[in-house]
Amino acid sequence: MTTALLTLDNVSKNFGGNHAVSNVSFALKEGEIVGLIGPNGAGKTTLVNVITGVQRASNGRIRFVGVDVTEQRPYQAARRGLARTFQIVQPFPAMTVLENVAAGALFGGAQASRAHATEVARQQLEFVGLAGFADRPASALTLAGRKRLELAKSLAMQPKLLMLDEVNAGLNASEIDGALALIRKVAERGITILVIEHLMKVVMSLAQRLLVLHHGQLIADGVPNEIVDDPRVIEAYLGGKFARRLKEMRRHG
Amino acid sequence: MTPTATRLIVFAVWVIVLASVPLWAGNYFVRMAILIAMFSALALSWNFIGGFTGYPSLSTAAFFGLGCYVGALSQRAGVPMVLAWLVATVFVGAFAAALGAIILRLRGHYFAIGSIALVEVTRLVISSWGSLTGGGDGLNVPLVQGGPDAVARTFLAVMLVIMVIVFAVTVIVDRGRLGFGLRCIQQNEDAADMVGIDTTRYKVIAYVLSALFCGTVGAAYASWTGYIDPTDTFSILMTIKVPVMCLLGGAGTVLGPVVGTAVYMLLEEVLWANFLDYNRAILGAVTVLLILFLPGGLLRIDYRALVARVGARSRPSGAAA
Repeated sequence: MTTALLTLDNVSKNFGGNHAVSNVSFALKEGEIVGLIGPNGAGKTTLVNVITGVQRASNGRIRFVGVDVTEQRPYQAARRGLARTFQIVQPFPAMTVLENVAAGALFGGAQASRAHATEVARQQLEFVGLAGFADRPASALTLAGRKRLELAKSLAMQPKLLMLDEVNAGLNASEIDGALALIRKVAERGITILVIEHLMKVVMSLAQRLLVLHHGQLIADGVPNEIVDDPRVIEAYLGGKFARRLKEMRRHG
Repeated sequence: MTPTATRLIVFAVWVIVLASVPLWAGNYFVRMAILIAMFSALALSWNFIGGFTGYPSLSTAAFFGLGCYVGALSQRAGVPMVLAWLVATVFVGAFAAALGAIILRLRGHYFAIGSIALVEVTRLVISSWGSLTGGGDGLNVPLVQGGPDAVARTFLAVMLVIMVIVFAVTVIVDRGRLGFGLRCIQQNEDAADMVGIDTTRYKVIAYVLSALFCGTVGAAYASWTGYIDPTDTFSILMTIKVPVMCLLGGAGTVLGPVVGTAVYMLLEEVLWANFLDYNRAILGAVTVLLILFLPGGLLRIDYRALVARVGARSRPSGAAA
């Protein structure tokens, strides 16, 4: 039995009277790939923001590798090995692709020297397939390229937990397949991954476990096959027809 | 030759030119050289916060003015001159650290407004605190011994040393972790936070660096002129002029502030000499045009491409087809 890497204990986040996240509890084990799904506005991104310290939890506690990190600031999260990619990509536009990734290596987990950071950055660019763009400005990349850049930057931080916030949003079908292959390769390195998605196809094929968020509440937590049978999930998110189709898909695939 | 080596050589030559002014020109030009060195140091200082970090600080005059007063008051209290400059440097640095932690929470235009308010508040405090600062009457500073020529040469050397120190710090910051982190903040502060940069700490360091040497320059200026008053030292014009110099040359570059200061001062001088009535208006218009059409500054122009383009245009049009 592996130990819990990240534990959320009754975490809530309120904006005035709006309960964006309420009483969410779950644990991520080391090496797991977990999908976090839910309709738009369910509180997925808010939850990630709370975990990484961008927003402070109104209630509850968050533990990461045994340490209470509820009060941490984003840069501390990064140094502890909690990396994330943004739904809306956040490059350093005027810097080169290589410098973008080197920033992750230099300031994130490893706290390397500048020369070493550049070396790590080259390896990560190779890994995500952007080595040919190393010296181009980040702003010159396509959206799919920028998403890869975000991933390389996060990997350069040598994270223990990687949270991918809608890495596939805005990509076409073949780009999505490329991204999925890449995420699997990352998982093979033993990095725990939390995939925040609303494309069911993506999470169903990737995740070993699914968390379903609805109106800020965690309404289900289980393996994908059980989740698609869960009446509450069907009602809140999937709809009956789509749930049946997903089951078909899984049986044949 | 590497770009860094080129920059260092250009800077070294420029320092030697300024230092040699007393050998081949009169007092008027020596004074010019002192002011160029002084404003270069101020523009290089502003570059840390305004250039590298991208926070449009308008507090230069507050740091300079405080430096003047702390230096002058220390000297009047019997502290030796050079030590008084150090006291002013440390005081202004501490002042910036304390205030930076507060106003650096503001971003963009709000930060600019907050930082300019600092100039007004410090000026008002200094001019109202008559018992200590002499208020609107100003303060006399113990004069440096020697004739006008010797004094001018001394202060030219002093300002040049300060300018060289700030330049050296700029080169170190530019190459190191700090400079890289500040550039990340300038590009995208949220993303910088997310890759593990302690943005608050980095911004405060940049703000303190932008203040420290303004304090030194201010204190040295007070010793040089021998008399200071609040309107002269906490001047809004200075607080605007210094960023403009830096932007003109190229904010965030190592040599930009030095080039910008030289070009600006020469421009100001030419306009002053030729258009006595309208020189300020013309300078203002030129400044606006430069910033609108040269947002990256003089050093960011691709001169080779420019020459190639002009060359292509001057060729007869038939050749193009």
